[in-house]
Amino acid sequence: MYPAAFDYHAPKNVKEALGLLGKLKDDAKILAGGHSLIPMMKLRLAQPKHLIDLGKVPGLSGIKADGKALVIGAMTTHWEVESSSAVKSKLPVLAEVASVIGDPAVRNKGTIGGSLAHADPAADWPAAMIALGAEMVCEGPKGKRKVGVDQWFLGLMATALKEREILVQVRVPLLPAGSGAAYMKFPHPASRFAVVGACAALTLDKQGVCSKAGVGVTGAGTRAVRAKGVEAALVGKRLDAATIEAAAQKAADGVDVQADLQGSVEYKSHLCRVFAKRAITEAVRRAGA
Amino acid sequence: MATVAGERLFGKAIKRREDPRFITGRGQYVDDVKLPGMTYAAFVRSQHAHAKIRRIDASAALKHPGVVAVFTGKDMTGVNSLPCGWDLRKEKNIPGVVQDLAMVPHMPLMSDAARHVGDPVAVVIADSQAAAVDAADKVKVDWEPLPSVTATDKAARAGAPQIHTSAPGNVAFKWEIGDRSATDAAFKGAAVTVKKRILNQRLVANAMEPRACIARFDTATGELTLWVTSQNPHVHRLLMCAFVLGIPEHKVRVIAPDVGGGFGSKIFLYNEEVVCSWASRQLKRPVRWTATRREAYLTDAHGRDHVTDAELALGKDGKILGLRVKTTANLGAYLSTFAPAVPTFLYGTLLNGVYTIGAIHCEVTGVFTNTTAVDAYRGAGRPEACYVLERIVEAGARALGMDVAELRKKNFIPRFSGAYQTLVAVSYDSGDYAAAFDKLLQMLDYKKFRAEQAASRKQGRLLGVGFSTYIEACSIAPSKLVGALGAGAGLYESAKVRVHPTGGVTVYTGSHSHGQGHETTFAQLVADELQIPIEQVDIVHGDTGAIPFGMGTYGSRSASVGGTAILMSLNKIKEKGRRIAAHLLEASPNDIEYVKGQFQVKGVPSKAVPFGAVSLTAYVPHKYPDNLEPGLEETSFYDPSNFCFPFGAHACVVEVDRDTGTVKILRYVAVDDVGKVINPMIVDGMVHGGIAQGVGQALWEGAVYDEGSGQLVTGSMMDYALPKADMLPLYETDRTVTPTPVNPLGIKGAGETGTIAATPTVVNAVVDALAPLGIDHIEAMPLTSERVWKAIQAAKAKR
Repeated sequence: MYPAAFDYHAPKNVKEALGLLGKLKDDAKILAGGHSLIPMMKLRLAQPKHLIDLGKVPGLSGIKADGKALVIGAMTTHWEVESSSAVKSKLPVLAEVASVIGDPAVRNKGTIGGSLAHADPAADWPAAMIALGAEMVCEGPKGKRKVGVDQWFLGLMATALKEREILVQVRVPLLPAGSGAAYMKFPHPASRFAVVGACAALTLDKQGVCSKAGVGVTGAGTRAVRAKGVEAALVGKRLDAATIEAAAQKAADGVDVQADLQGSVEYKSHLCRVFAKRAITEAVRRAGA
Repeated sequence: MATVAGERLFGKAIKRREDPRFITGRGQYVDDVKLPGMTYAAFVRSQHAHAKIRRIDASAALKHPGVVAVFTGKDMTGVNSLPCGWDLRKEKNIPGVVQDLAMVPHMPLMSDAARHVGDPVAVVIADSQAAAVDAADKVKVDWEPLPSVTATDKAARAGAPQIHTSAPGNVAFKWEIGDRSATDAAFKGAAVTVKKRILNQRLVANAMEPRACIARFDTATGELTLWVTSQNPHVHRLLMCAFVLGIPEHKVRVIAPDVGGGFGSKIFLYNEEVVCSWASRQLKRPVRWTATRREAYLTDAHGRDHVTDAELALGKDGKILGLRVKTTANLGAYLSTFAPAVPTFLYGTLLNGVYTIGAIHCEVTGVFTNTTAVDAYRGAGRPEACYVLERIVEAGARALGMDVAELRKKNFIPRFSGAYQTLVAVSYDSGDYAAAFDKLLQMLDYKKFRAEQAASRKQGRLLGVGFSTYIEACSIAPSKLVGALGAGAGLYESAKVRVHPTGGVTVYTGSHSHGQGHETTFAQLVADELQIPIEQVDIVHGDTGAIPFGMGTYGSRSASVGGTAILMSLNKIKEKGRRIAAHLLEASPNDIEYVKGQFQVKGVPSKAVPFGAVSLTAYVPHKYPDNLEPGLEETSFYDPSNFCFPFGAHACVVEVDRDTGTVKILRYVAVDDVGKVINPMIVDGMVHGGIAQGVGQALWEGAVYDEGSGQLVTGSMMDYALPKADMLPLYETDRTVTPTPVNPLGIKGAGETGTIAATPTVVNAVVDALAPLGIDHIEAMPLTSERVWKAIQAAKAKR
């Protein structure tokens, strides 16, 4: 499979990349890990005339904790997240999510920023970003701005990233004490994308009452969404099995579930509920541990 | 590994001698062949499932930089249809023909219409791959889209779009086997009958290496050399020369070098190698093509695709009284090389299974659809037969309220060696079916499992066990027999053994290794027979310029048929060696024996000549018998007297996730009987891989066409779910050994057993797991999570 001809650019810094983007406009695509874009180009589903590779731009990858959040460079690979000791100690659910993305080859090259900017509806990261309330840091000609995750995913492979912007950083808030988070996924048997994935991040007070709940659902619809109904049914309650079951029943509400070979609308909606329940149940268990 | 002369290697798990080059990237595949001045072909393919070609405009493509030529079907004058190598016609006295096979035309580049997505209609040839692909996008085809039909059970319905004028109603053939009236009578006398619709879905072979070819026409010699991913280079040459291009066979050399898997899909003659060969003669430059994975999905022959209604009649005691089978087989848009044989003589003849059955009748209708052609895929017909039989037998046991293991035991054909005449033409070679099953039940600890299952069911868990006790026909095949059944070829095998002056041995085999490990197993045979170190033996295959006419590898035939041909040549070598040695030792040839790598006077090791001295004498024949030709090189052709019939018993334990319908395999136990085994490690590998493919069909794989558009929806590895290592359990395997009397090696064949056995085993296990919910059958595979979940919901709704 040969892609259509294109020019390759390897800027040395973000400013240079932004300059190229400004000049080449719609004819250019940003290349991060390349694990979505390159296959699409090989199938000629995407035929950009220019690729702007961020691989040679220093400072775009790495993971730091700043006290309130984990700050993850956009070019950080899934494997770097999966194996990071900072992630494992501060937000282990991110390592859990990373570990079920694709296969080792994909995780070694694919990046968190590439995934979030591409916004594949079946990607794993979006569910976790929603559950944890992440912020995307975008850099454009006029400097940086932050976009909350709830404003990020606009539709099928569409995000709030503007035409001349580059996603440079992801800020994921740390969870307070008494919290637990989990990601549960029904993988596509061929691609291992999420047919349905649900991430729950819960905070329990000392009495075991849920004080804060974040639940994100990916895979089933054209974009990942926050399961607001589920969250509302969890907050303020003791999370026994019956409460979790009742809350999880709302997991497909607001998801524009798409039927395909992996399932009818009915089945995928059901999977949203099953995996939300499993994620919440595990998050509660971890919060108590 | 270093071996010692005389150390017996038959039965030893020595490591594969070919693997170091494969795992270090030093294999020589077709795509590795680079030639001076070569050009690259890119095919223009139909995006429509069915469409008339009004006009093809190549003018823009021809202007594209680097383009050498664009050809359409109209340019290929004098080129004939790709042939179908299996005839099913009454006038040929082919048994069972109810309606003659419609020999529909299949041109290398279609000019009138395209009949499936991916059908090639033009080729662009350029100086670079990129230019060829870019220019192919610029070829404008003026299509008139036509309605299409892809579904097997809808192809022959009234009002279905007509695909070929020469096949009215899209029927390719009708065929039957067995005794209809005896079967009808058996059903009348039955205590219990069951009837099930059983679907065997379409599969894509997915060889690791995509198909590829490179054709070079040598203007100096007038010779054409074709490197091609083939399982049978001589068959490729014969079909291409004699039927399609009409060029003399002695001026064509076909080389199938290292080939990365085939599973049957590389047996057949395809459009692309014909077009590249023809184009190379036109352009007087080498022309190459390597399929993309997308092209592989669209154009490699697919497998299976049956819709079957099966009925079983049982006596009160559980005896199988009758089996009635009606199958519609989807052949795709055209007749692939051996397509008609697969759902007929490789299918109906296996419906007797390992059971004594009162009466059998099977009728098959082959249909054309707007899909990729279907042909032999690992097992070819036999997995379909096994699936029908093993599913209906378990359904019968459930209807009768009898344990599935007990019902099988009641019906096994008793142990025999020599011949067991089935009701469906073939005669089995040897078998001990109960022994394999007993061993399996022991390994599984069947009683213990049933106790655990009962306990787990009380906790709401859905655990199940499934079996298949299978048989297959392999070691393909006696030429006279297959000729009488419609084959356009003989199915013997050739072997030339060349002993070099200094004692090294090169074997030229007509078998073709595309993963099977011939370079190891055949060398084991040679080292044993000649009692020389295996390092002294090379195996050469896959080159019509070097090897005698051979039939290639498929149908688990290499060790049994190809191996026997080698053995015959080795015996001739030893016989000639005895005569040379007798002369050197001044003894009578009858007094010479071959012991520990030397020819010696019987019982007198001191009067001996080593093998190497004899070979040297053969080429430096100074002291040499009169009336004996110099040289030490022998050729043999072995034509088997019968098929061989491997058999075995497989069991699988699964758990179904009630919430999602997802099936998890907890255990997989297999007892196979493939006769004698040259290299147990290689046979284990074949069994493991076969099981993975069979499990893949049961749970994940399936080619799906969109009914409206006729598009192949599962046209990539992102959509078509192949089994991966972490989706499979650790297998527990063992063997029983029942040698075949058919060939002197006692080898039955091992290449397809796992694929045949595993699919019904897994499906039976899932149905067993769901039995407490009142489920006794799931019609369609693969058993995706949704399909199982829906069956659970439907069962719940019924209660």
